[in-house]
Amino acid sequence: MSSTAGDTRIEGADVAQRIRAFLVDSFLLGDDTGFANDDSLIEAGIVDSTGVMEVVAFLEESFAITIDDDELVADNLDSVERLAAFVGRKLAAADAGAQ
Amino acid sequence: MTRHDIRRSGGQLAHDQLIASAARRPDAPAVIAETTHTFGDLDRASDALAAHLQAVGVRRGDRVVILADNSAEVVVALYAALKAGGVFVVVNPTTKPGKLAYILQDCAARAMVVHQRVARFALPALAESPSVTATVWIGGVPDGAAGAAPGAADASGADGADRRSAVAYGDAVARDAVPDDPGTIDADLGALVYTSGSTGSPKGVMLTHRNLVHNAWSISTYLGYREDDVIACLLPLSFDYGLFQVLMAARVGCAVLLERGFAYPRDCLARMAEHGATVLPGVPTIFATLLQLAPFDDLGLDLGRVRMLTNTAATLPPAHIERLGKAFPQARIFSMYGLTECTRVSYLEPERLADKITSVGKAMPNTEAYVVDEQGRRVPPGTVGELVVRGASVMRGYWGKPEETAAVLRPGDIPGELVLHTGDQFVADEEGFLYFVGRGDDVFKSKGEKVSPREVEHVLYELADVAEAAVVGVPDEIDGMAIKAVVAPRPGATLTEAEVRRHCRARLESYLVPKHVEIRASLPKTESGKIRKASLAEAPGGGPDGAPADTTRADALPAEAPDADTAAPADAR
Repeated sequence: MSSTAGDTRIEGADVAQRIRAFLVDSFLLGDDTGFANDDSLIEAGIVDSTGVMEVVAFLEESFAITIDDDELVADNLDSVERLAAFVGRKLAAADAGAQ
Repeated sequence: MTRHDIRRSGGQLAHDQLIASAARRPDAPAVIAETTHTFGDLDRASDALAAHLQAVGVRRGDRVVILADNSAEVVVALYAALKAGGVFVVVNPTTKPGKLAYILQDCAARAMVVHQRVARFALPALAESPSVTATVWIGGVPDGAAGAAPGAADASGADGADRRSAVAYGDAVARDAVPDDPGTIDADLGALVYTSGSTGSPKGVMLTHRNLVHNAWSISTYLGYREDDVIACLLPLSFDYGLFQVLMAARVGCAVLLERGFAYPRDCLARMAEHGATVLPGVPTIFATLLQLAPFDDLGLDLGRVRMLTNTAATLPPAHIERLGKAFPQARIFSMYGLTECTRVSYLEPERLADKITSVGKAMPNTEAYVVDEQGRRVPPGTVGELVVRGASVMRGYWGKPEETAAVLRPGDIPGELVLHTGDQFVADEEGFLYFVGRGDDVFKSKGEKVSPREVEHVLYELADVAEAAVVGVPDEIDGMAIKAVVAPRPGATLTEAEVRRHCRARLESYLVPKHVEIRASLPKTESGKIRKASLAEAPGGGPDGAPADTTRADALPAEAPDADTAAPADAR
């Protein structure tokens, strides 16, 4: 997956799609079970505690963001929608910081 | 119908402790999960589920496999299995179909209580496991669960009928019912706990009711658990020290806060604060992760009620002990050692932590632990040897594995008595304090779980393009030891790290998936052609500091062993 670190804008829908593709590829062996984007990833058995750290590593690398330990909460990370929204907030904050 | 009478069993059975606590404190919180369940709730629900299990054919001594994340349902299921006369087997819910089928077949499970969330692992395994004649599905019966016909709970699956019953957990516990007294005595098996061994095939550790009751008594006594405690259980119930939190809480009559996992540490801390947790049992990985969030005041969390931290699986680095003392100023810290084959062996009195920081203390109540040489003779202080454990804590053996059992349970001094040879190298100091030195085989601990390199290597070799594979442990700041796989592709083939990791994830429990994957053209060999593992741990791409992963340090002395900054402590528990 190509890095978007240099991109100035990343659309929200694109973020969600890329996160979903990563989850399906890494945790469901490419076989999309049709889970909803607001399903809890833990509840659905897609990601477990080990997997969370891989998701975090993927987000940091793909979207060039830094995630702090105290941001590792279900509210930020436990569904495709939450992940995409979290990435959106991080990118917006980084933009604001850069200006 | 005869109802089980606790007076007749003398309170000696593992489930008697739940029944007694429910009689004494029916409305006290017992399990705090998504909702709070009282002792009365658990007693009633486990009665109903036990009656159901009997109705679908579970008889005295039958194995009931439980596959679900930590939840009140798992607690109800394990007590239901016992009340029905059965033997519970709590399995890690990330276990993949191949290994799950192995376990179901190995113990010839009669019934399975399973969460529909893990149906994609459970259904393929069930398809290969004809001994399982009944399933109970937490969260509802999924599509594809064989025999999921309405009315399956009406005992039509009993007496070995070839049709497998499948009912929803909610339906099975809904009616008020009590099981028939199966006639269990405390010499009967109560649990199998599967553990990895150096051979790579998991072994079912057989624990009797007497083992379960004795060990719950011994551990909760030296720790001083109280009725007003709230135990934060972040450990999975498939791990014996997690399981025993439930058994000890039932014995003492206190509450267990069951966390489904440790995916979101800050959320765990928040729930601990919300529910006023007083006891935190853990392994070094959990404590290292929590320390990254300290001080907790900065998160707006009050964890001031935590009065005890208990550590097992590997020794805590002294630096972490110091920082834990600051993060949890009210808490006493217990360093402990144990193994699944006898649950726990020893603990260090918190008062001695300062001057015996690398020791795992002395034997727990009503247990003897001593060091022997290769001839089985007791050795004097300062001499390294194998640790031997004797007492009521010691297992009955490995299920269906008489040879492996005979290798570790050997005759003791008293005629007929068998003592446990742990396979762990220890040394005692002049005062009798025990120090872990290393292991005789290449099994190591990662995140508190035993890792058999052979088991992971077997899986790596299933990948068609793998020509050579070796698995070693490398020191890791958080995990104690991290799993590193080094693989070489077949000539002409290419392998990627992602491919190897994905393959492993499909076949191994998540804690067994290698953290580091290194692809090499070939692996280093000895003159006789064996893969030279010792050099692999130090290779580029390995652990953060490149320290050797050789866990055997037979020359270590108490003053320096186990030195938590090196590989040795990763095996102590």
